[in-house]
Amino acid sequence: MRAARKKRLYLILLVVVGVGVAAALALNAFNQNLMFFYSPSEVNAGKAPPHHPFRLGGLVTDGSLKRLPNGLTVQFDVTDLQKTVSIQYTGILPDLFREGQGIVAHGQMRDDGVFVADEVLAKHDEKYMPPEVAASLKDAHDKGVTAVKAKEAGL
Amino acid sequence: MPRFVRYLLPLVLFLAMAGLLYRGLSIDPRLVPSPLVGKSAPAFSLARLEDPAATLSNADFKGQVSLLNVWATWCVSCRAEHQVLMQLSKSTDVAIYGLNYKDERPAALRWLQQFGDPYRANAFDADGRVGIDWGVYGTPETFIIDKQGVIRHKHTGPLTWDIVQHEIMPLVKQLQAETG
Amino acid sequence: MIPELGHFALILALCLALVLAVVPLLGTFTRTPAWVALARPLAWGQFLFLALSFAALVHAFLADDFSVLYVANHGNTQLPEIYKISAVWGAHEGSLLLWVLILSGWMVAVSLFGRHLPDEVLARVLSVMGMVSIGFLSFLLFTSNPFERVFPIPAEGGELNPLLQDPGLAIHPPMLYMGYVGMSVAFSFAIAALIGGRLDAAWARWSRPWTLVAWVFLTIGIVLGSWWAYNELGWGGWWFWDPVENASFMPWLAGTALVHSLAVTEKRGAFRRWTVLLALLAFSLSLLGTFLVRSGVLTSVHAFASDPARGLFILMFLLLVIGGSLLLYAVRAPDISRGGGFAAVSRESFLLGNNVLLVLMTALVLIGTLAPLLYDALGWGKISVGFPWFNSMLVTFMPLMVILMGIGPLTRWKQQAPAELLGRLRLAAVISVGAGLAVALPLLGDSWALGLALALSVWLLTTLLMGLRQRLRAKGGVASLWTDLAGRGGRSYYGMWLAHLGVAFFILGITVATQFDIEKDERMSPGQSVEVAGYDFRFDGVKDVQGPNYRAHRGTLQVTRNGAEVAVLYPEKRVYRVQRKPMTESGIDAGFMRDLYVSLGEPLDNGDWSLRLYYKPLVRWIWFGGLLIAAGGLLAASDPRYRHLLHRRTVGGAVPAGGHA
Repeated sequence: MRAARKKRLYLILLVVVGVGVAAALALNAFNQNLMFFYSPSEVNAGKAPPHHPFRLGGLVTDGSLKRLPNGLTVQFDVTDLQKTVSIQYTGILPDLFREGQGIVAHGQMRDDGVFVADEVLAKHDEKYMPPEVAASLKDAHDKGVTAVKAKEAGL
Repeated sequence: MPRFVRYLLPLVLFLAMAGLLYRGLSIDPRLVPSPLVGKSAPAFSLARLEDPAATLSNADFKGQVSLLNVWATWCVSCRAEHQVLMQLSKSTDVAIYGLNYKDERPAALRWLQQFGDPYRANAFDADGRVGIDWGVYGTPETFIIDKQGVIRHKHTGPLTWDIVQHEIMPLVKQLQAETG
Repeated sequence: MIPELGHFALILALCLALVLAVVPLLGTFTRTPAWVALARPLAWGQFLFLALSFAALVHAFLADDFSVLYVANHGNTQLPEIYKISAVWGAHEGSLLLWVLILSGWMVAVSLFGRHLPDEVLARVLSVMGMVSIGFLSFLLFTSNPFERVFPIPAEGGELNPLLQDPGLAIHPPMLYMGYVGMSVAFSFAIAALIGGRLDAAWARWSRPWTLVAWVFLTIGIVLGSWWAYNELGWGGWWFWDPVENASFMPWLAGTALVHSLAVTEKRGAFRRWTVLLALLAFSLSLLGTFLVRSGVLTSVHAFASDPARGLFILMFLLLVIGGSLLLYAVRAPDISRGGGFAAVSRESFLLGNNVLLVLMTALVLIGTLAPLLYDALGWGKISVGFPWFNSMLVTFMPLMVILMGIGPLTRWKQQAPAELLGRLRLAAVISVGAGLAVALPLLGDSWALGLALALSVWLLTTLLMGLRQRLRAKGGVASLWTDLAGRGGRSYYGMWLAHLGVAFFILGITVATQFDIEKDERMSPGQSVEVAGYDFRFDGVKDVQGPNYRAHRGTLQVTRNGAEVAVLYPEKRVYRVQRKPMTESGIDAGFMRDLYVSLGEPLDNGDWSLRLYYKPLVRWIWFGGLLIAAGGLLAASDPRYRHLLHRRTVGGAVPAGGHA
């Protein structure tokens, strides 16, 4: 009886240790795979990590879409209506990519300040604005209004 | 009774998660009301789309309940909501104005000819200056303005019948009943 | 008039659900047979009214009745008939109606096939399902009435999202819901057993076929969803670890654990508390999935309807159902007896190990899905969890699971001599490691990923074959396969066999398709050829074509290999007339060993187009494996011993005492 109980205890201990190690490994990997979101204003303020991938989102500026001579690389600007960042992407843009549309891109900054994207997402439901983009636009707008107010007050 | 406590663990974990989900419901950014709601409509005066010599300004909104719909020909979803606007203009008496946002005049005029014109008048905001004052961050957007020229509601995204029925018309009716 | 009738039927269904949730359950305590006997007719009545209500909505779509708000939003006169019907569940209100209809369908099925159950158990099970039904019906009626009228009446409807106009997606949600909702049967059996305090082998045997069938539907639903994403999204991907996908994957993982744990409880009476908890967990995760998809808490590619007010309602419902059931569990669990003991090396131990791994994976998927919400709530910034993380989790835990999957079926219940087991496994281990190394070595295949996948698949295959040989030898040779299949317990075994074989296919498919696929984005002029993996794709230009409710640019690509024609592909770029939404329809040449896949990009100058060309080896094996898993589940669920159990009461009248073998 006692031996059986001891055996069971070892078994439980083994399972607990195993799960614990697995969970620790998983959480460690988790931290390395997080992708943070930054708005164009934050990128301009130098808040985005320089050599680490992140997500950048905003509205595609009207008239900014250019095709490089090879025909497959495109460059366009995204804005949060305060600041603008240029994005370069090689490949086929999603169906709902439009100027004026909110998009999110995955990639990292190149040294010349151009964001090189490996993936561009425009949501398949155009009623939907990526929530991060909506929030950053609202932030930027609130700041813009305050800046204008401050200027008016100063005059 | 420690044995009992052990079996409470799943419940405790679940309650923690439910708390997180509740918090998640309240931070939906699309719910955040525009800072302009409840304030007077930002002043503007722009040339009309239909007639560059005439102007449309926020003074035109006074004395009636109006909708200001921000649209553009390059905007896919504006096309989707257009038939809703058409029907709304035919079957109700709410004054619908348009703000043609960062667009080109010939393209916009062609659009109205082709798909119909639900608007009483359109302001032509070629450089998007007025749009920025109004906090426009994605077309289409629709503002409801009361008889005093105060913004009472803003809807971001295309109008659907659902939204007209539950969001727009009840408020319009209520505002129309207010004495101006 | 018809929509009002549909609405009225919905209200009546709610009334019946209210009675069903209270009266029969009370009857089992007060021992009032008349009340207990009400459960069956109430369940039938509810199903009848819901079917009427659903038919009314289908009618409104077919008749283009745009005075109904839901139809005005999602229907259209130009929509092909089949999509008018699938549009019924193409958005929030209608899909919920389908949800409750399926729920009441399961209730009717339980009342039909559960004739052998003690009246008391049946009444409790149906009452619990009635409670779930109340929640969903009041959610429908109070926040998302599909029959609401609209005024002014629109002249034309807003059309079903073009993305959803695909045969795969027309049947994907009903399958998925059959699975989600089917888990409510296992849940209700568990709750009924907790209420009655009787958790034994009989309980496990009753809930096992139901759980298996629900799990089969869930499997098919997920496979269809993945296949749809592959066909329709145009990115060549088949799984994105998107919140909506995770929402269906989590109940599947928990359901898989439950199916295995139920086997132990049925055969050996062990794991009772654990099995009950898994039954609660599987359905809770189904409900959580509904919440995540419907509330807009997490947004994703697939989220086509979301509304925070509705989210609050579902959250309250979750609190009641999940919170209530976990509370009941906490109160009752200490009294559940432990059941049969087992040694450290025994089939029970390996199944337990597998269960732990499955639950761990469920937890990790849950963490990954909810992490963005957690970070946002705590103000740590806006994040997304990259899908490399999910993949690496899968790659870490899958091999462990597969190793256990190989050992488990070859191990004896209760106690197994380790030396004998090792002796049996040695050959399989040598063959699979050898096969894996052969591909992994630099000169031969030079791919460790493929080596691992091959080793695991071969391991599964060899252990499965050994098990089969052992079983057939014991039964008297290969010829006895048919009698074994017809007998009791046979199909359970062969079902397991088939499902595990499916996993072997799945592993190879997933590894080869991700490791060896080739993707090329090309600018192509008409007449130009591009080579991908030995196939020559010649672009023959783009023409305009008209569909029933869309216009399209259709490209033509001639595919040849060494001069011989392989296929002609027609990728399209469609614009749907009503919503003006552009849609990529990829051109796919499907094959057992490889897919060729082309999507049309954008028009460039001089008739040139940008095109995306893919070569995807073994990609079909992923879905084929999934279907084998489902087929195995179905075979196991059809085991005569469940049917025998069913007939016992109707044929023999009294239950023989020694019936539980």
